[in-house]
Amino acid sequence: MRTTRYAAAAVAALAALTLSACGGGDSGESEGGDAGGETVRIGIKFDQPGLGYDEGGSYSGFDVDVAKYVAGELGFTEEQIEFVEAPSANRENLLSNNQVDMIFATYSITDTRKETVDFAGPYFVAGQDLLVPTDSDITGPEDLEGKNLCSVTGSTSAQKIKDQYPGVQLVEQPGYAECVTAMGGGQIDAVTTDDIILAGLAAQDANAGKFKVVGNTFSEENYGVGLPKGSDKCEDINAAITKMIDDGAWEEAITKNTEGADYTYNAELNPPTPAPCA
Amino acid sequence: MENYLSLFETYNVPAAFWVNIQLSFWAAIWALAIGTVLALFRISPIPSLQLFGAAYVNVFRNTPLTIILAFGFLGLFSVMQISLASDLNASLFRIAIVGLSLYHAAFVCEAIRSGVNTVPLGQAEAARAIGLSFLPAARLIILPQAFRGAIAPLGNVLIALIKNSTVAAAGSVATESSGLMKTMIEFRSDLVIPIFLTFALGFVILVIPIGLLTTWASRKLAVAR
Repeated sequence: MRTTRYAAAAVAALAALTLSACGGGDSGESEGGDAGGETVRIGIKFDQPGLGYDEGGSYSGFDVDVAKYVAGELGFTEEQIEFVEAPSANRENLLSNNQVDMIFATYSITDTRKETVDFAGPYFVAGQDLLVPTDSDITGPEDLEGKNLCSVTGSTSAQKIKDQYPGVQLVEQPGYAECVTAMGGGQIDAVTTDDIILAGLAAQDANAGKFKVVGNTFSEENYGVGLPKGSDKCEDINAAITKMIDDGAWEEAITKNTEGADYTYNAELNPPTPAPCA
Repeated sequence: MENYLSLFETYNVPAAFWVNIQLSFWAAIWALAIGTVLALFRISPIPSLQLFGAAYVNVFRNTPLTIILAFGFLGLFSVMQISLASDLNASLFRIAIVGLSLYHAAFVCEAIRSGVNTVPLGQAEAARAIGLSFLPAARLIILPQAFRGAIAPLGNVLIALIKNSTVAAAGSVATESSGLMKTMIEFRSDLVIPIFLTFALGFVILVIPIGLLTTWASRKLAVAR
C-alpha cells in the first residue's frame, strides 16, 4: 500500500515537472515576431552598470535603452519585452538554441562569431581603454610597464594585454566590481576593458569622482545586435538604429548612462552607420 | 577535429592543470599540518583547546570556499594590503594557497577525528597507565593508529581539494584550468562542449588514481582488530 502511494506521488511529481517544462517550451516556441500580444526576449548583461544592469527587477543602461527603442520600432511595447541575462560565454548558445530573440550585451561583431550567429548594427563603437584613479598620471597602455592592471578572467581585453603588453602585471578577477574594489584599495593601478563599460563603472554612485577613463582607446569594438543565424529582423533593426541616431535618442541615452563619469565617446567612430545585412 | 586540435596549439592546457596541481600540493601539506593540530585540540583534555578546535571547524567548514578565496583577494590583498611575495602574481598564488589550506584543514581535522574514533578506548587507557602524558600518548599510540584508519576519508578530502583548486580563480589565480577554460570559451564558443569535456576528463585523470590508491592503502594499512 505504502509503496504504491510513493509510486503515485513520484509519478505525479514527474508529470508536474514535465508539464512545467512543456509550459516553458511553449512560450518559447510561440515566438512569432511583430504580432501584438507576443513578447520579445532580449538578452542583456545584468552586471554592467551603465550598459545592462539589474536593479532588482528593473533594468538600466545604454544597451537596455537601445534595446527598448529597437523593440519599440519592431512593434513591441515595453511590457512585451522580457529581459534575459546573457553572460558573455552564453551569448552564442542563447541565440542558437532560440532562448532569446536578440542580444544587446556589449556584443562585439567578430568573424568567428559571425560563423554561428548573425549581427545587426553596430549601434556603438567602443574601444579598449583604461580606468585609473583621478590623480593617476597613466595616459595609455605604454605607461603600464611594471604596473598592476586588472581585467576579467577570460575576457578579450585581458587577452589583448597579455599578447601586446607582456611587461604589465595582469590580475584577472571574476568581475569588474572586484577590480574596481582592489583599485580603490590602492593595490591595482588601472582597470581595462571597453571605454563605455569603464564609464559605467566610474559613474556608479559608490565610485563617483574617484576614477577617470583615460580616453586613449587602443582597439575598436563594434557593438552589434546578436541574432540567431538566418534571422529576418536585421534590416528592420538597422533601420531602427539609424532612426534612433537621427532623432537624438541615441545621444541622449549615452549622456544619461555615463553621467558623472567625465566620459566622451570616440567621436570619429560614433555614431556608427549600421553595416549592410548579409 | 582539426578545429579541436588547433585549440591545444593556441592554449596551453597542461600548464593550466599544472597550476592546479601546484595549488593542491601546497594546500594539501598545509591543510594536513593544520588539520592534525586541530584534531589534537579536539581530543585534548583541555576544554579551551577543544572549544577552539570545534569553533574553527564549524566556521571554516560552513563558509563557502568561494567566499574565503574572494576575501583573500578583496580583504587581505586589496584592503589590508597584505603581500606574501614581492611579485604580484606569486603573492596572489600564495594567498590562494592560504585560503585553500585553512578551508580544507577543517575537513582534515574531521577525517583524523573519525580515525581516532576507530582506536579503541582501551588503547588510550593503556597508554596513560604506563605513564605517558597526553602528547606522547597521542604521538606514539593514538595518532599512528588513527591515521591508518583515516586514509580513506583523507583521500576524499584530497580529491575535494584538487577539484576545489579551480575556485582559486575567485582568488585571482586565473592561470589555473577553470580560468583557461573561460578564456577558451570566450574565443572559441563554437567548441563549448569539447572544451568542457577536455577539462572534465583532465580532472578525472588527476583524481581517479588518488581514489584507487587511497582505497588500496586503506585496506592494506587498516589495523586488524
